[in-house]
Amino acid sequence: MLMPPPDSAALKAAPQFVAALRDVLGVDNVMSDPRAMRPYESDGLTAYRQIPLAVALPRSTAEVSAALKIAHRFGIKVVPRGAGTSLSGGALPLADGLLLGLGKLNRILDIDLSNRCAVVQPGVTNLAISHAVAGDGFYYAPDPSSQIACSIGGNVAENSGGVHCLKYGLTTNNLLGLEIVLMDGEIIRLGGKHLDSGLYDLMGLFTGSEGLLGVITEVTVRLLRRPEKARALLAGFATSESAGAAVAAVIGAGIIPAGMEMMDRPAIHAAEDFVHAGYPLDAEALLIVELDGPQVEVDDLIARVSAIAVAHGGKGLRISESEAERLLIWAGRKAAFPAIGRISPDYYCMDGTIPRSRLPEVLARMTQLSALHNLRVANVFHAGDGNLHPLILYDANKPGELEAAEAFGSDILRLCVEVGGVLTGEHGVGVEKRDLMPTMFNEVDLQQQMRVKCAFDDGNLLNPGKVFPTLQRCAEMGAMHVRGGQLPHPELPRF
Amino acid sequence: MDFLPRTQQELVEIIQAASADDVPLSVCGNGTKQGWGRAVSFERNVSLCGFSGIIDYAPAELVLTAGAGTPLAEIKAALAAENQHLAFEPPDLGPLFGHAAEKATIGGVLATNLSGPRRPFAGAARDFFLGFSGVNGRGEIVKAGGKVVKNVTGYDLPKLIAGSFGTLVAMTEITIKVVPAPETSCSIIVDGLSPAAASQMMTVALGSTADPSAAAYLPSASQAIFRLEGSGPSVVYRCQVLTDLLRAPVRVVAAAESRDLWQSVRDLHSFRDNTSQILWLLSAPPAAFPGDIDALTRGLPDCSYLADWGGGRIWLAHAVTDIGEAVRAIRRYLGQGGHATVIRAPEDWRQSDRVFAPDVPVALLRKVRAAFDPLRLFNRGRLHSDL
Repeated sequence: MLMPPPDSAALKAAPQFVAALRDVLGVDNVMSDPRAMRPYESDGLTAYRQIPLAVALPRSTAEVSAALKIAHRFGIKVVPRGAGTSLSGGALPLADGLLLGLGKLNRILDIDLSNRCAVVQPGVTNLAISHAVAGDGFYYAPDPSSQIACSIGGNVAENSGGVHCLKYGLTTNNLLGLEIVLMDGEIIRLGGKHLDSGLYDLMGLFTGSEGLLGVITEVTVRLLRRPEKARALLAGFATSESAGAAVAAVIGAGIIPAGMEMMDRPAIHAAEDFVHAGYPLDAEALLIVELDGPQVEVDDLIARVSAIAVAHGGKGLRISESEAERLLIWAGRKAAFPAIGRISPDYYCMDGTIPRSRLPEVLARMTQLSALHNLRVANVFHAGDGNLHPLILYDANKPGELEAAEAFGSDILRLCVEVGGVLTGEHGVGVEKRDLMPTMFNEVDLQQQMRVKCAFDDGNLLNPGKVFPTLQRCAEMGAMHVRGGQLPHPELPRF
Repeated sequence: MDFLPRTQQELVEIIQAASADDVPLSVCGNGTKQGWGRAVSFERNVSLCGFSGIIDYAPAELVLTAGAGTPLAEIKAALAAENQHLAFEPPDLGPLFGHAAEKATIGGVLATNLSGPRRPFAGAARDFFLGFSGVNGRGEIVKAGGKVVKNVTGYDLPKLIAGSFGTLVAMTEITIKVVPAPETSCSIIVDGLSPAAASQMMTVALGSTADPSAAAYLPSASQAIFRLEGSGPSVVYRCQVLTDLLRAPVRVVAAAESRDLWQSVRDLHSFRDNTSQILWLLSAPPAAFPGDIDALTRGLPDCSYLADWGGGRIWLAHAVTDIGEAVRAIRRYLGQGGHATVIRAPEDWRQSDRVFAPDVPVALLRKVRAAFDPLRLFNRGRLHSDL
């Protein structure tokens, strides 16, 4: 993965830059010793590592603003970082860039149950929000699988999803307000405890912008009343077609479950060997459906879903009668990633979305690709919303296998786009899928998005080298017109 | 000059000509909400109604793609045939401006991010807007988003386009998320309530497992009303839960009557007739209601209101008065934070930049606008004199 070449002027200015940061943030909150910076060299996409120019750990919005002003003045790039759990390399440092860690902004500022919201700093973990209001019967709905560690600021930057987002939405659907510091240090506040402020929805734009538009310093999230009851159902199917048809029939019956997950045979076997959840080993596809709400509603709907599952050939039906049984049904699914980790030295987790009706075709083609690249693949799938997580098994110690896994992954994502889907459903583009963006967007579409970045960061200092496959010069883009798909500025570096 | 392009290429040519002549364009659907926003008029008017019709609708995928100029009524009918609906239940504002009912287009609804009583529970129009194709102010065909329900590839430009009143992209095609319609519903009515008592009840209801899908206070009738939707057994059960929680005598109305009741709230039937009245839309923290709503209504001539969204949205109507005076009164009311937009007003009011009051510097919004439409060709001045 090619990153922008380090700017020699930035490297030369590093000592003065670090000194200026230390003047404002204090010596202890700015690091420039490579050994001390080692923990920041990568995020959840560990195949890529880079020691940054410096690390700053601001403790307030004012300090974030001051740090950005200094970086802006020096013309030094900035990579914001939450908890560093990104699976797409969104927080991968730059050799000539400041890594701005938001971990010290970790306070819950206000819990307002009358307005069903909480105001938190970006370094607060996703799960900590739910824990803080659990005693009152509330929770924060989006639940990415890394929720014990991932920060809410990172969730906003990546527009994180989770198992329950079919019913409860992604991060973007659960926000009320943001405070953001722009690259020049300007602080803006969007929304609040009210809904839909009118004019341009900058909050919607910033959510999922992967740290390229501004640094999030405060988040107001919506809180929901925790449902009275949740029950899960498990069924095995002889084919992915029949499991997919069951999913379509559930939605066709007007039921939106809290979660609807599918696993393929390799994922079922890996998970079962690991946690012994009692998954059917003879099934080609396994479906887990969770219903939540009042007991009477859950009981009614789970009966209807089980009838649908049986009608579509579902075998070995299990319906949770207790919380312990519900958790056991989920145990294998929740442990799918570490389970794959047990049977393969390394695995690479992909994240495309497809129209659900194309699932059998996509799985069949993935089997062909698996043979082509000579690598195994296991699939877990947010079946309700078509979000596919193929796990490619490889061994980084074998020469060429990482590259083969990446090539396989790219083929899968191209396939997702080809059948009408998208490159990423919840993990983000980052550096990982950056060079695939042209499979989904043409040059004009990408130029449009890059011009939006220019509106907020005309020096292209904030998280450059992520999301977009070309570097840009904002001053030139204003006048740039693309004609007949021709590449503008062929002299610009392309990764 | 009126234009009715039917292909993206025709639209590109209209915009390129406008760009070459530096003449701004009005860009709209059926124009039912043209009375909303600053008073602007244009020599060249582009209707996007030529981009009409449902292009793809896969109920099991929960996705619908249509021309931006497709009548909302056509989309609603297609969804109803599959027992699905638009969960954000867009209000029909046309009659507020003297237009016939049911004339809005889906593009117009999205461009104004128009949502109804279910918004706090199900999401706004922007939450269901998955992707678009259209032409920007540079005359370029652009697309963003996708045609699947879960997508984080690239910037979420549909969010930005929602509520932009056609000032960024002239949309030709949109993709929205659609969901199953509730099997049944009922409403609970509590009579004889002061605003403060109603607010307390709404706060209790909205924080409960009764899970209402709408809660409003109608001051003219001193009523709080709550809607419960879902499967049959669930609605019966939650209706009882809510009745027990409210600790007050209630009336329960069944599905058909409940639907009519919420349609009148959604479409603002009580504000339709007197079109000479100023109409504001206030958005505030729900529990801030009623605050000093009495002082607000006393301070404005012939004032009435309706509180939706559990108190978080207030439709406020009053007779014509000085705009500065009205703004001061509303600002006092919104002391705890919130936002106010002028929905309907006479021409002189609509010259003001107070129609949409931006809460970030206009200079920043102008840069965002320039990223799409550097010459400010589309609906110039409709949102702000500098936008």
